[in-house]
Amino acid sequence: MYEKDGEKYFIVDSHSHFWDASRENWKPGAEQFAKGWIDCFYGYHQLGPPETHWDYEHYLKVSPEDFEKDMFQEGHVDYAIFQSTYLKEWYTTGFNTADQNAQLLEKWGDRLIVNGRFDPREGDEGLKQLEADCAKYHHKGVKLYTAEWNGDSRGYKLTDPEAYRFLQAAQDLGIKNIHVHKGPTIWPLDKDAFDVADVDHAATDFQGLNFIVEHVGLPRIEDFCFMAVQEPNVYAGLSVVIGGLMHARPKFFAKVIGELMFWVGEDKMLFGGDYNIWVPKWQVEGFVDWQMPDDEAFTDYAKLTTTTKKKILGLNAAKLYDIPVPAELQLPTTADESMQPGEELVDNTAGAQA
Amino acid sequence: MNLRARVWDALTTVLDPELDEPITDLDFVESCTVADDGVATVVLRLPTFFCAPNFSFLMVADAYDAVSALDGVTRADVSLADHHAAAEINGGVAAQAGFVGTFGDEAVAELDELRAQFFRKAALAGQDRVARPLVDAGIGPEELAGMSLGELLDTPELARMRKRRAALGLPHGDDAPLLIDGDGRRITSEQVPLHLRRARLQRIGIETNGEYCKSLLQTRYPAGAAAGRG
Repeated sequence: MYEKDGEKYFIVDSHSHFWDASRENWKPGAEQFAKGWIDCFYGYHQLGPPETHWDYEHYLKVSPEDFEKDMFQEGHVDYAIFQSTYLKEWYTTGFNTADQNAQLLEKWGDRLIVNGRFDPREGDEGLKQLEADCAKYHHKGVKLYTAEWNGDSRGYKLTDPEAYRFLQAAQDLGIKNIHVHKGPTIWPLDKDAFDVADVDHAATDFQGLNFIVEHVGLPRIEDFCFMAVQEPNVYAGLSVVIGGLMHARPKFFAKVIGELMFWVGEDKMLFGGDYNIWVPKWQVEGFVDWQMPDDEAFTDYAKLTTTTKKKILGLNAAKLYDIPVPAELQLPTTADESMQPGEELVDNTAGAQA
Repeated sequence: MNLRARVWDALTTVLDPELDEPITDLDFVESCTVADDGVATVVLRLPTFFCAPNFSFLMVADAYDAVSALDGVTRADVSLADHHAAAEINGGVAAQAGFVGTFGDEAVAELDELRAQFFRKAALAGQDRVARPLVDAGIGPEELAGMSLGELLDTPELARMRKRRAALGLPHGDDAPLLIDGDGRRITSEQVPLHLRRARLQRIGIETNGEYCKSLLQTRYPAGAAAGRG
């Protein structure tokens, strides 16, 4: 919980990690990729305020104690949702696996949500695994990497019949939230891995599921917004948006937030701090203090109210994940409720100011 | 103009297809030298080790084509530094193998469609760049919907938008409408407000991506290491 000027904010960090990029974990023969990957993250890290920059060695691997301090003690986070990333071709024991995350569950199980995963290309075996995972962890969400290679396959679409079978099974097993990674990838080489068209169709056909597009589809934010406006069960995951832009490129941050508020709306935006690319402290505090600039270039955009910020920083995600919120911190949000798309935006006749 | 300056000039025509900006403005040219025997050596660099290989390939290949076409250049040696697929890309471009020839089974098609997709985005973003000053000056939807390119001031932004449209076979002459949809049809006055919002979002999308890349490049290569203009 974060308190500022008498206002209390319930914080849900919907996108965090607990990775091991230590040199000991760089797979022999693949060191340059393991190093290249974490160096890439370290580049993003440096887009935060200078006083928050870490030493490279510390950045490679944090301890459970660091996590506790950075997230819960100093970072104001009430609940965090883990998304895992395996990358076992480069990291001997994996970059950020469910097992690694589980180390923290013992101590912080009441404040951590570990999301599951599935890959429709794994067929019946995969379905069985999903059932077993759900029985064990009671998953409410999964993270999917549609561009991931698997054997001869160069990725899949959510609209593949097999993917539909898994989405249906997930829904039947009580999963509500599908986090879709539409973001930087390495392979497949020749496709646009950011393409969100498949989310569009799946969201229409699975009204009982919520689809959270991580990193708001950056660098294809326009494709994401054009799609999200038609699909009331599609959400914007703000991971990388706040961390990467709020400090380093404040004007562009303002424009992106302004556009998201218009196309997606404050009930469908979810804070994600991306630990430990960045720590949540400066992101939460900075966002609470942040306001749409008064310059003429931003007059079209809505100002953010305290209510807006409370929803984005935690209340929307709390609703998607049924996280208990203390009564005095609650506010109504339409997150997780079925709604009709804004027709005026869909049929091209919105009266938005030109 | 000496040969080094002409090589640099040729590089200014090479675009990052996603960002729709010249690689020279983006500081992607690490070094550019020309030897007495006419061999031009160009080294490119990118914001991260894992920048997408397809776009990286296009930039190296386009730079090779632009430089090797110059009179006086006996050989163009264009390479990419510090990239996970540098060896494949550099070898493939030098051998003129094309994208599929370079990456074999890992690529299923050449990159023309990908390039066209980004020209379409650039053509939409261009409508915001050209029309926004008119909107700010108080020109309303009715009038904007009726405007053609020939009525507009000849700005670099207009020239750039015409070029992108031309590349896609969309109307780009003086009688072409200022505001068109993806198929080249004139936008009606009722559609203007939302169309402009879309164009602006498209522009913000591309430019935000560009700002991200510039920030990461600065972090990776602190100032002072640039090739500089010829």
